[in-house]
Amino acid sequence: MSAPQGDHLTSTPYNEMTKVDGDGRAHYQRYTSWLKDQPPDRLAQKRAEADALFHRVGITFAVYGQEEGTERLIPFDIVPRVLPQEEWIRLESGLKQRVRALNAFIHDIYHDQQILKAGIIPPEQVLCNSQYRPEMQGVDVPGGIYAHIAGIDIVRDSAGEFRVLEDNLRVPSGVSYMLENRKMMMRLFPELFSEHRIAPVEHYPDVLLENLRSVAPTGVADPTVVLLTAGAHNSAYFEHAFLAQQMGIELVEGQDLFVRDEAVFMRTTQGPQRVDVIYRRIDDDFMDPLVFRPDSMLGVPGLLTAYRSGKITIANAIGTGVADDKSIYPYVPDMIKFYLGQSPIIGNVHTWMLRKKEDQAYVLAHLSELVVKEVHGAGGYGMLIGPAATAAEIDMFRRQIIATPERYIAQPTLALSTCPTFADKGLAPRHIDLRPFVLSGRDVTIVPGGLTRVALREGSLVVNSSQGGGTKDTWVLET
Amino acid sequence: MLSRTADHLYWMSRYIERAESLARLVDAHYRMSLLPHSSETLSQSLRSTMTALHMESEYLDRHKIIEPRAVFDFISLDREYSGSIFSCLRAARENARAVRGSLTSELWETLNATWLDARSQVARRSSQAADIGQFVEWVKERSHLTRGVTVGTMMHDEAFHFTRIGTFLERADSTARILTAHQSDLVPGADASVVPDPYAWSVLLRALSAFEVYRRVYRDVITPFKVAQLLILRDDMPRSLLRCCKEVYNNLKSVANQQSAETVRRAGEMHAALHFTRMEDILATGLPVFLEQFLSRLRDLGARIASDFLVPPAEV
Repeated sequence: MSAPQGDHLTSTPYNEMTKVDGDGRAHYQRYTSWLKDQPPDRLAQKRAEADALFHRVGITFAVYGQEEGTERLIPFDIVPRVLPQEEWIRLESGLKQRVRALNAFIHDIYHDQQILKAGIIPPEQVLCNSQYRPEMQGVDVPGGIYAHIAGIDIVRDSAGEFRVLEDNLRVPSGVSYMLENRKMMMRLFPELFSEHRIAPVEHYPDVLLENLRSVAPTGVADPTVVLLTAGAHNSAYFEHAFLAQQMGIELVEGQDLFVRDEAVFMRTTQGPQRVDVIYRRIDDDFMDPLVFRPDSMLGVPGLLTAYRSGKITIANAIGTGVADDKSIYPYVPDMIKFYLGQSPIIGNVHTWMLRKKEDQAYVLAHLSELVVKEVHGAGGYGMLIGPAATAAEIDMFRRQIIATPERYIAQPTLALSTCPTFADKGLAPRHIDLRPFVLSGRDVTIVPGGLTRVALREGSLVVNSSQGGGTKDTWVLET
Repeated sequence: MLSRTADHLYWMSRYIERAESLARLVDAHYRMSLLPHSSETLSQSLRSTMTALHMESEYLDRHKIIEPRAVFDFISLDREYSGSIFSCLRAARENARAVRGSLTSELWETLNATWLDARSQVARRSSQAADIGQFVEWVKERSHLTRGVTVGTMMHDEAFHFTRIGTFLERADSTARILTAHQSDLVPGADASVVPDPYAWSVLLRALSAFEVYRRVYRDVITPFKVAQLLILRDDMPRSLLRCCKEVYNNLKSVANQQSAETVRRAGEMHAALHFTRMEDILATGLPVFLEQFLSRLRDLGARIASDFLVPPAEV
């Protein structure tokens, strides 16, 4: 494989607000001139106000193992991340293209497997993957849509190019923060919204509901949609409750549902009521104890039978994980070519697959410069960041890679772009990424922007909330 | 609506009501503790109250003797005791959080803020002796606020009816237990020459927000007969047994389903019995027996409501 492209920590990160020569970027101009006029104590007071409001409203995530009634805030930064319209248009078309290809891929895998027959992806990469669900083979789902909700993580490299870092096609979360961050910014700084033309995001729940209704089983005129949660102790519970409320649908737990005659019902105070679409926020493994993990208390016994008979839609479909695995990620550009006959609008980050001998040799020789990720890892765990790691950590990964190379991929240490962020000593650049939410139903839609995550620790590249990351409001400017 | 949602709403309001009832009890006894020469009456009243609320053994596991400050702390702030006001506020908030999508944001924020505030008050208390009177006053205010926000912002639909059923079942239970704790003051004993301690009256009436009401309704000296009548049979007294049963019955009628006929009938029967009875009849039965029967019917009703509406049947 070719020499590393992209960049590592030695290169200067792309600053979203300021150009290399120190001039402000045009799309930040109004914001920075507003910022200059703000007395420092006003901003400090607004930050405190935001914290108090988030606590009061309960926009929090539960921390496992802590006392009941104890949740943490995801830190919110009051400096927005701004995207000019032309950049967004390009991103949007790239994201739609990518998600269309991913859906086509999942459909293909569970039907004819043409992409495997064509020799583009080695069959064992897919069929031996733990996320591949043989139960789904030959099952038709409404509209052929599998990943109804996709969270695609986008980063910007030091050359200013957007790249896809990761596809999240199982139960991507974070959209509630996108919506609440916007609400908070409008509450704190209404004047900014009259000075800018900022594309609205508030209609996301409507679009989501419309999408979910559009993929109901055929013949259902007025489908009943529910949101399936693992319950109030799940870390993303706030988001589940929030979305169910915004869409006006029931928030159910596994115990509220049951299957009779291959149809799904919920238990209500007025007796059983039929359910047509389940927007599920629990993993495949927990969905049906009769098929997957038998010890799961979160799922619904018999659900998969109902699903296979076509009497219920599950979003995202069972088995989408086969397409968002890090060992499949390197093939997404090939999928775009194979299914759509197009060249990818947004590229991948260069990725070495350690099961390949020549990739492995290169990576082992450059461990201190690279990022190594576990194929099944998520949330920033199971990851080596070479430049920041100790010799012992590097050594440990070296041994693990040699023992089970197929479990790892490696990527260059990207100098993620930075955006000014409030730190202890005032504004300072911090690394950010972007997770837009791509909705697929009758059509593919994206509300402008997404969730910007920021690594609050100086120099840190890990934006995950479980690892000290925060969030920002994301503005797409209309011109 | 989901049975589980109804269940959480019902318990959410029961716990808030319970926190308020406990706060009233602590408040009444706390006031008494500030008066001179009442320590014996106070200890006795605390003991019978804890017995009626089934708190005594848990208390005695932690403390050797019944001592007012320790009792107030135990009932109000004990984090480990599941029956304390603090634990009730936590349970109310956890139930609310489980169905926050079914609540108005005002109601959820009220319950959440109450819990966050209670937690920081209890945390502060470890370093300085906070005023218990102020704490229970605050709990009452938060309960009033919660009730106001419930009535003022929630749709008067099924969800609302289940919160009301929870509130009034809990209130009926609480009034009946407070009466039980004071039944010896209410029924002239064998020795009619023993005049009940007037402090005991004031505790009882204050604990049920009935002190001023009594004066207004009767314009008379306080007599056991009238106190009992006010708290059991007055339809316009918000904490009387009759009023609570009426509310439970009316709200149950609004949510009736295919299997609830017998439950609704029993609620109606309880209401009708209180509506058409006289104080003389109750005294003829004997107040202790009457209260015992009432509490047992209330338990039966609670269990029936749970099986008809709340706890889903194992097999459908």
